[in-house]
Amino acid sequence: MHIVVDQLTKTYGRQKAVDNISFRVRPGEILGFLGPNGAGKTTTMKAITGLFSFDAGTIHIGDKSITSQGDQVKRHIGYLPEDHALYTEMPVIDYLKFIAEIEDIEPARISERVGEIIQITGLQDEKHKQIGELSKGYQQRVGLAQALIHDPEVLILDEPTTGLDPNQIVEIRELIKSIGREKTVILSSHILAEVEATCDRIMIINNGQIVADGTAKELQDRARGKYLMNVGIAGADADAVYNALKNLPQVEMVDFADKQQMLFEVRSVDQNSPAKEIFDMCVAHAWYITRMTPQETRLEDVFRQLTMN
Amino acid sequence: MKKSWIIAKRELSVFFDSLIGYFIIVAFLGFTGFFTWLYGSDIFFVGQASLDGFFNIAYWTLFFFIPAITMRMLAEEKRSGTIELLLTKPVTDWQVVMGKFLSTLILILITLALTLPYYVTIWSLGPIDHGVVWSGYLGLLLMSAAYISIGLFASSLTRNQLVAFLLALLIGIFFHIIFEVLAQSTSGTLSDILSYFNLSSHYDAISRGVVDTKDLIYFLSITFVGLVLSEFGLAQRNIIG
Repeated sequence: MHIVVDQLTKTYGRQKAVDNISFRVRPGEILGFLGPNGAGKTTTMKAITGLFSFDAGTIHIGDKSITSQGDQVKRHIGYLPEDHALYTEMPVIDYLKFIAEIEDIEPARISERVGEIIQITGLQDEKHKQIGELSKGYQQRVGLAQALIHDPEVLILDEPTTGLDPNQIVEIRELIKSIGREKTVILSSHILAEVEATCDRIMIINNGQIVADGTAKELQDRARGKYLMNVGIAGADADAVYNALKNLPQVEMVDFADKQQMLFEVRSVDQNSPAKEIFDMCVAHAWYITRMTPQETRLEDVFRQLTMN
Repeated sequence: MKKSWIIAKRELSVFFDSLIGYFIIVAFLGFTGFFTWLYGSDIFFVGQASLDGFFNIAYWTLFFFIPAITMRMLAEEKRSGTIELLLTKPVTDWQVVMGKFLSTLILILITLALTLPYYVTIWSLGPIDHGVVWSGYLGLLLMSAAYISIGLFASSLTRNQLVAFLLALLIGIFFHIIFEVLAQSTSGTLSDILSYFNLSSHYDAISRGVVDTKDLIYFLSITFVGLVLSEFGLAQRNIIG
């Protein structure tokens, strides 16, 4: 099922939490929401689940509107809220049975389905414990279990890996990826590496507006602009190499990264690498290259660039 | 209705798993039992086989107990955020409110059923007017329904259980006493209206054994209005998040 958000606006009092946002997510796609705290990620996600009404715009899941056909749409959505909003006084298994009933799973299938989901989320040994007694990581699994129990076609996951240890993070990521092959998934995160590793597409939100939308590679390319590389050249005096590099037509700027070790930071005049010119220069002077590494624009840089005001 | 029942079942299992339910039942029985059988002008001094003493005590006990049960119902779920998760499921606000209402009403029903031995005991002591006893129970149940809906409304307005409790008592005290007092100190149509709102006169009529449609409509309308207002209370999230 497609998620189609069109010109969504939501205000709290005078503040616009979400300002005229439009995007689509198609089945089989995992969309990652990035943005600083308070940027409007959670508000957008909650609006898609039909939790509250909004000021303007429409949200459609499949071909149905969340506003006017909420009852039919809600059963296709699985939602994991960011705060562990679970009934802490209930045992895991009773809680999941309750959710299964609420989600209209046939009574005859409930026990079987609850068993399955406990297996998938690795809650086998904890199923009789009270949710409040579980660690954050296990509570998060219970949260995932309740979001997945009715096998929804659309999954909205608000910070699905917070509170998990590194092993669990990898497990949950794999789980989301395998689920994401057939379903439409939106997930938000603060961890950029996670979004990069899990999502097919990334959307950065700032001040209630979309500031970037594309694959991780596209975003990096767009932010990169000029080509940056680290070069190490040996066999001569550092200043001589510095001046030689500076005089290359392809090189816009040179800086010492480490004068002792003869490492230089080189910025090209455009997007193309000056590698060939540098190599030819070294051959001409009988110097040798100790290293030559292109500098990646990391997603962190893209993120900071787009969300710092 | 099915969804409301699922929610009510969950509430009841929480009551009885966490001992809150048992505590309320024991406290209610202890309190009403003490005043019915042991203290003051108790049942043995009245000189007739009647449960009037019990109904008077229960009328006041429930007035304080019901807000104590309903205070956490919506306020606590709003505080912990569980209400949001619940409302993203295929349930409506009305079904959630009805579920909470039903579970509390059932808890009160169980509590009142456990006072039936009082009835049987008195019956064995002398001739008792069965009609009055049953209409007395009906009166308590109708009154409970009204106060539960008021308690839920108070709980729907806040995230703080104590505020919900006090607010429910504040609204409740108007129906319990203040409307009556105001009715006495005013005259004409205003006085009529105020005394119509006074809950105790309707309760007294029913517990005397006179089950009039007028009184039934009174209790059922308060309950209904309270539940509708609770639904509006939940819908606050559309405005303030």
